[in-house]
Amino acid sequence: MALLELFNLSKRYDQHTIALSDINISVNKGEFIAVIGPSGAGKSTLLRCINRMIEPTNGEVTFDGVDLLHVKRKELRRLRTKIGMIFQHYHLVNRLTVIENVLHGRLGYKSSVVGALGIYTKKEKEQAIQLLRMLGLADQMYKRSDKLSGGQKQRVGIARALIQDPKMLLCDEPIASLDPNASKIIMDYLQKISQSLGITVIVNLHQVDVALQYSDRIIGVSQGQIVYDGTPTDITQEQIHQIYGSDFDDLMVEMNKEKHYAG
Amino acid sequence: MQVNFFFKKRLRALLVFAFLVSVTYGGIMITEYDVIKGFSSIPMAISWGVTNFFPTTDSFEHLPKILISLWETILLSIGSATLASLFALFFAILGSNTTTINPFFATICRFIATLFRNIDVAVWSMILLFSFGQSALTGYFALFFVSFGFLTRAFIETIDEVSNSGVEALRATGASYISIVIHSVIPSSASQMLSWLLFMIETNIRSATLIGILTGTGIGFVFDLYYKSVDYNTASLVVIAIVIAILALEAASNYVRRVII
Ligand SMILES: Nc1ncnc2c1ncn2[C@@H]1O[C@H](COP(=O)(O)OP(=O)(O)O)[C@@H](O)[C@H]1O
Ligand SMILES: [Mg+2]
Repeated sequence: MALLELFNLSKRYDQHTIALSDINISVNKGEFIAVIGPSGAGKSTLLRCINRMIEPTNGEVTFDGVDLLHVKRKELRRLRTKIGMIFQHYHLVNRLTVIENVLHGRLGYKSSVVGALGIYTKKEKEQAIQLLRMLGLADQMYKRSDKLSGGQKQRVGIARALIQDPKMLLCDEPIASLDPNASKIIMDYLQKISQSLGITVIVNLHQVDVALQYSDRIIGVSQGQIVYDGTPTDITQEQIHQIYGSDFDDLMVEMNKEKHYAG
Repeated sequence: MQVNFFFKKRLRALLVFAFLVSVTYGGIMITEYDVIKGFSSIPMAISWGVTNFFPTTDSFEHLPKILISLWETILLSIGSATLASLFALFFAILGSNTTTINPFFATICRFIATLFRNIDVAVWSMILLFSFGQSALTGYFALFFVSFGFLTRAFIETIDEVSNSGVEALRATGASYISIVIHSVIPSSASQMLSWLLFMIETNIRSATLIGILTGTGIGFVFDLYYKSVDYNTASLVVIAIVIAILALEAASNYVRRVII
């Protein structure tokens, strides 16, 4: 059975903005999916409709066998603990330390009182430390998180998502604010997480080359609709052109430039 | 077309200037204010100040009494601002679009804050004089109401500005509302809120002096007393004490700001 199913999912912000229309996707456990498309295509909206950070207007979302759009608040909170989220701008609480930010990932499992008091078990703290070690942040643990570089912040974001013990990660342009070096490190970690832990990863990307390199499956979004859904090997130049529309030429120039640097 | 654009812009500036000049001139005509006499009396005022408005050894006898009133006024200002900040925090969390429980509630919270903020302290004092008479309570509540209105507004802006991202991240982990407020909203906005609170305390001390004249309490009353009994020397000592207190407080709050940021 599929881990996540979207059926006729639509989102309309107002009369003029139809951000998503009739999206149908079925995602299996352990898949690494890249969602590509020009800015304004609806990628962020799609990701946020999955965990109801944005309420879809129409359609169905089934996650782990549960109809997500018709659950009560408490049940929604429980389901969200199983879905980690990673953001372009990291979304850490800047004034808190790295380890505090990581432990935030456990708050979803706690009652309001225990969560509010910030009581974490010994096991949770050990897990946080272990995750930070795994992500190469052992020395940064007690630093304030606004003292870190972008790439380090994003790794804290990954640790916060992983400590949730998730079945799926939703990543909204996780490397859009990072330099090529840091980008590669982050993408490598996401790939490793998907392969070694069997966690499903859905990642919005602006860069086609990165998407082609890392994903098992590409979903191309253009003007709120899915225009491509298949493997990265099958996708043609023409299809990429169709996804990106008039942005295509800029994209090619950028890609060539990168190749030029690499060579 | 471009020439036209700049011409129009200059014309508008000219019209605004002409309007200001005519309003000023009209005001002078109506109130029969003599501009030349107004300015020429400044040197006289200064020389009067220098010859009369300074403390003498006699006036220092009143110093203990002055200091007690000043201390009272400072405590009143700190107390009203601090209590107001607690209420303001509560209203700001409900009033901010980032953290509100529902939009209708948010509008009501913001409306209440706007109401309290836009009524001036002096007006609040006059209103409260009816209920509490000439007592310290009148001043306390007047300061409390205005601080509450102002701080709610400032706190809402702080929350909207700094905690959006953290709130989204914590909401996505499934954290409860209270956990989100305590672990994301408060840590990210606390230092800026404290800075606003210090600003409010400074403002309150200034206002408290004036309110004291109205309500017959605190340092304002003491000043009024000596001034009306033509003891200008002691009155000047009161002013000096106030100025020193305000400067000291500002220095202290600047220090705190530096430490917390
Ligand atoms: N909160 C919002 N209110 C109104 N329109 C929005 C809102 N968020 C996004 N949109 C619109 O929805 C469309 C899709 O946006 P988004 O999902 O952010 O695209 P992407 O992530 O692919 O750049 C855009 O046209 C955008 O302007
Ligand atoms: Mg986006």
